Amino acid sequence: MKRLLALLLIVTGLASAPLHAGSDLWPNIPKATGKPHPEGNLFWRKNHMKLLVHDRDLTMRKGDRNIRASLKECIQCHAVKDEQGQAVGVDDPRHFCRACHDFAAVKVDCFMCHNSKPEESSQALLDRRLPDTNELAAYLKEAAQ
Amino acid sequence: MERMIYREIPANRTILQAAVLLGVFILAAAGAVFYMEEHGHIVTGMNNQIVWGLPHVFAIFLIVAASGALNIASIASVFGKTPYKPLSRLSALLAMALLAGGLAVLVLDLGRPDRLIVAMTKYNFSSIFAWNIYLYNGFFAIVGVYLFTQMARGMPAKAVKTAGFVAFVWRLALTTGTGSIFGWLVARSAYESAIMAPLFIVMSFAFGLAVFILVLTFTTRVTDRKLGPKLLRRLGRLLGIFAALVLYFTAVQHLTSNYWARNGGIERFILSDGGIYTTLFWVGQVIIGGLIPMALVFHPTGGSKPASIILASVLVVLGGFAQVYVIVIGGQAFPLDTFPGFTASSSFADGVVHNYSPSLPEFLLGMGGVALALAITGFGMKVLRILPTNLSDANVGQQ
Amino acid sequence: MKLPALKFSKKPSEMNRRDFLRSGAALATVTIAPGVTLMAFGGKEASANADPGKRWGLLIDVNKCSKDCSACVSACSQENGWKLPENPETDAQWIRKVDLTDNATGREVSLVAMCQHCEEPPCVDVCPTGASFKRDDGIVLVDKHICIGCRYCMMACPYKARSFIHENIVDEQKTWAPRGKGTVESCTLCVHRVDAGGTPACVEACTATGNGAMIFGDLKDPESEISKALAKYPSTALRDDLGLNPGVRYQNL
Repeated sequence: MKRLLALLLIVTGLASAPLHAGSDLWPNIPKATGKPHPEGNLFWRKNHMKLLVHDRDLTMRKGDRNIRASLKECIQCHAVKDEQGQAVGVDDPRHFCRACHDFAAVKVDCFMCHNSKPEESSQALLDRRLPDTNELAAYLKEAAQ
Repeated sequence: MERMIYREIPANRTILQAAVLLGVFILAAAGAVFYMEEHGHIVTGMNNQIVWGLPHVFAIFLIVAASGALNIASIASVFGKTPYKPLSRLSALLAMALLAGGLAVLVLDLGRPDRLIVAMTKYNFSSIFAWNIYLYNGFFAIVGVYLFTQMARGMPAKAVKTAGFVAFVWRLALTTGTGSIFGWLVARSAYESAIMAPLFIVMSFAFGLAVFILVLTFTTRVTDRKLGPKLLRRLGRLLGIFAALVLYFTAVQHLTSNYWARNGGIERFILSDGGIYTTLFWVGQVIIGGLIPMALVFHPTGGSKPASIILASVLVVLGGFAQVYVIVIGGQAFPLDTFPGFTASSSFADGVVHNYSPSLPEFLLGMGGVALALAITGFGMKVLRILPTNLSDANVGQQ
Repeated sequence: MKLPALKFSKKPSEMNRRDFLRSGAALATVTIAPGVTLMAFGGKEASANADPGKRWGLLIDVNKCSKDCSACVSACSQENGWKLPENPETDAQWIRKVDLTDNATGREVSLVAMCQHCEEPPCVDVCPTGASFKRDDGIVLVDKHICIGCRYCMMACPYKARSFIHENIVDEQKTWAPRGKGTVESCTLCVHRVDAGGTPACVEACTATGNGAMIFGDLKDPESEISKALAKYPSTALRDDLGLNPGVRYQNL
């Protein structure tokens, strides 16, 4: 498992455009809308499950609604549209979650209960995402130098 | 009196046929589980009023019988009755096998059987269900050690007795826990009573012994091993006493409940107006599962015939299923008194007797549990030295 | 621009796990070199909405609850995404209308029944995994992530408040009310609305009809409308004899 993860990290670290696009060695990850994750995609690829579990318990048990890792918002930005311009559900292999999960052969349990499609009025949610993103992005840029 | 020799049972024709039959039932149950898992509980007869159905009847019967099956070993090790000693190994093996069968049914009927790991890792200690998970797992461990002490060479008698005593106490705790699953339900007038725990314990005595007698007589017959008629008669009389105890506790339960005005409704339902439940209670539990077996085993001449004892055991098993059905399903079919003093009606079946018609997949799942328990027992006897070669009266020291 | 405070740490585990795991813009980690993690803290400590100083409750005036009206039931169904029952035996019902006739006097009344959000909920006591739980503000919920579908809570509930989901549900759920086959569910007191400072959908619908049979509020706040009404008029709880102290109370029953 660890070795696999390390390999994944190396591959991700080295990953250049040709390896991503249209290669059998890499899942075809759909593009998201909305602002990019300030922590970077690698961070989320590695940690999304922990973050989701952690924040879901906060929300459900403590009523903490001021959380960042919300499945609802993942689905909002990462929705994949079909030919008719409608968001696809998890029954469609093009669904964002399935792109990697099918590739890695890891079962997703979320959609037994959660809706895998975004809500109708998505813009409102997009707008209230991460108020201090710019600030943090600037900070991270500085720290990286 | 020769030395008691334990030997694996041979794989003769009859035993192989029985194994194939059990295999068919287990496969059918597996199919039923996949079908239920795929479609959800909509394909069962269970609904939002009858939330526990036929699988629970089977599971509870098997779990209750499991702890009762251990009795023979307890009587030998804890109470020092030597004629039962050669039967102790089978008793312990059968106890574990029945529990495994019952738990398999219970677990596979869950709404999310794929989350079994959650049940094993997250505990709510105010739940008797959570305690039972410990009691069940502990039962396997303790009875396993007990069986080992019986079978290991050079094990001091004290070790067997100690293990037997711990197992005996544990099995009482286990059945108390099973009975309390119902006894602690304040909401339901059919259950809320401390008597559920001791009632379940005497039920376990009767059901467990009946299953034990059936497995013992079947196996000794098909393997041509001797089984002393006096030993069998002794088991039969014990079964009669246990059947009487079940009737006694049932009588106390209903007399008490009848005395409370607020329980008049449920008591009338079970005892006189409940249709199938009333029939199952009087004909199934009381007559077939209680009075007839008692008459059979206590009959001055017929009581010593093996056929009577085997028939009595079959009837106790059937009556036991009827009793558990009345407790589990009958207790839920009677409407909850959410609005005392009022007659209620709603879209959610308030105030009306609830319907339940078991479906085939549920039945197959339950039968699969029975088949699994018997298959484990048979396999255990095949690979381990469980059953003595000679259980004649002279050999077991039965006068 | 003032940068947030910086912390260098070799062992993230030394930090508060909750802080560490709190995701998104409030915290970012960047691996500068192996073993060295840079962490930035920003944002404010989030406030949990389940406040132990509150206890949410409902007061239902049976006299004002009209027999022909089921606005609250429809509103709940719409809000939380469960279909009005086609098959009453197996379909979920978070809230239901009940018609009652007094056995002694023949008086007829109508009311709504749902999860009573007990102070001592039997469903929470019996749940083997702890999926049934009570929030600090008294709202009783099911954690569907760890519900194994054993239905013991349904056996334990004196109010028949809970439903088991018997069939597959695909992409019909509201984001605030996840529902799935094989788990148990019940009224959430519209916890998503309550956390946002609103009132449950049923109460809103009841008020809109003009019947005004339902009052929602904080039972611990003596100045709330519900507390004042409870202090002034007699009320009762369903199955009060069980001592569960439900958060839902009835007037004129």
